[in-house]
Amino acid sequence: MAVTRGFVGRRASARDPRLPPGQYDVGSSWPVLTAESTPSIGTDRFRLTVDGAVEEQVTWDWAQLRALPASTWRGDIHCVTTWSKLDTWFTGIPVDVLLDAARPLPTATHVMVTSSTGYTTNLPLADVVDEKAWVVWEHEGAPLAREHGGPVRLLVPHLYFWKSAKWISRITLRDSDEPGFWERNGYHMRGDPWLEQRFDGD
Amino acid sequence: MVTDDLTRAAAARATRWRDARVVDVTHHGDRGVVLRLDVPDRIPHRPGQHYVLRLRAEDGYTASRSYSVVSAPSEDLVELYVERIPDGEVSTFLVDVVEPGDLLETRGPIGRWFVWDGRSRALGIGGGSGVAPLVSMLRHAHEIGRPELLSLAVTARSAAELPYVDELRAAKALVALTRVNDLPPGPTRLDAAVLGALVDPGATVYLCGSTRFTLAMETHLAVGGQPASTIRVERFGAGVAPG
Repeated sequence: MAVTRGFVGRRASARDPRLPPGQYDVGSSWPVLTAESTPSIGTDRFRLTVDGAVEEQVTWDWAQLRALPASTWRGDIHCVTTWSKLDTWFTGIPVDVLLDAARPLPTATHVMVTSSTGYTTNLPLADVVDEKAWVVWEHEGAPLAREHGGPVRLLVPHLYFWKSAKWISRITLRDSDEPGFWERNGYHMRGDPWLEQRFDGD
Repeated sequence: MVTDDLTRAAAARATRWRDARVVDVTHHGDRGVVLRLDVPDRIPHRPGQHYVLRLRAEDGYTASRSYSVVSAPSEDLVELYVERIPDGEVSTFLVDVVEPGDLLETRGPIGRWFVWDGRSRALGIGGGSGVAPLVSMLRHAHEIGRPELLSLAVTARSAAELPYVDELRAAKALVALTRVNDLPPGPTRLDAAVLGALVDPGATVYLCGSTRFTLAMETHLAVGGQPASTIRVERFGAGVAPG
């Protein structure tokens, strides 16, 4: 490990304890990072399905989703490209509400989340229950913008943000783990920012 | 699968940190810098992949960012283009302070999505410093004797603000300059008409630039009939790679 000649860095007098290692505070901006063409999904065409290892496959359309009792999550989000956005808020529902309707089988251990673009990301079931993960349609009081995953995206704020799939269309319960899109393309299977699980092998 | 295992093994090796030596520093006006690095035990990259650079202060404080590789896989040195981001902690240091002989912590190559295999048709579209990974594809195409596989369309406000402008022009890239169009003949925008003429459903599109730029290009491509499934996008503003 080489000290970089001449590098002092820009530290606040005390580092914000909300920032995981290797992250910086992006302030009020919110960078957009996606691998694919940004889709335009009208709310009339929106569908979200929970399927796979469940007792009953359930699909919600926009009106049915919005009829569920919404609540707000407030906190910090962290992108693997090293920006973090602190004290931001989203409105939606905990994923628990959807899972309760579909009733996962006892054998279910993981989920694969799919976007309308075909993007996928895998998560342990334990990471999307107990109000750790949300399905959201508003950011700080405004409808979620298309480039940020609108009309509806996943929010899993305790993991790097590629796990928070944009344009979510499907949550599939599985009895084994399998890599999703970025996980096949060089990124970590779980992505805990506090452990700096950025890439394969971290 | 053996190939997949090898890929995974190489990926695990690529994420190890290495101290790379800066061999060459070439400033591009005061806006950016070309860094050429000697990376020990280097793993050949694929055009489109990126490296992470990590700066380390005496007390252990670090800051890291990702930069696309510009060099071809066969080149001895890893070439990166760094554009100064106003008030950017890492980019301003790399542009203003780094000299030949310095050591920089690196890891890479990283990424298996925004990569071109050099075997199938590709259309590269880049805005500003978003041309960096496309230049790697260009150099690779020439080296393997398949320049006809790769078409390029790039844009910046002026020739001075387009990195690698001479190399891109020599390769017959379509160059659109939006403010100072001093390289005639050329369009002044990559608009729907210009992009529509480049649409090739049989090609993979590699689109790299700012969010605003890439969203506009996606719209033009969609109108022109380019299937969304063929478009791979790298947006920056905060680095390369996923959100």
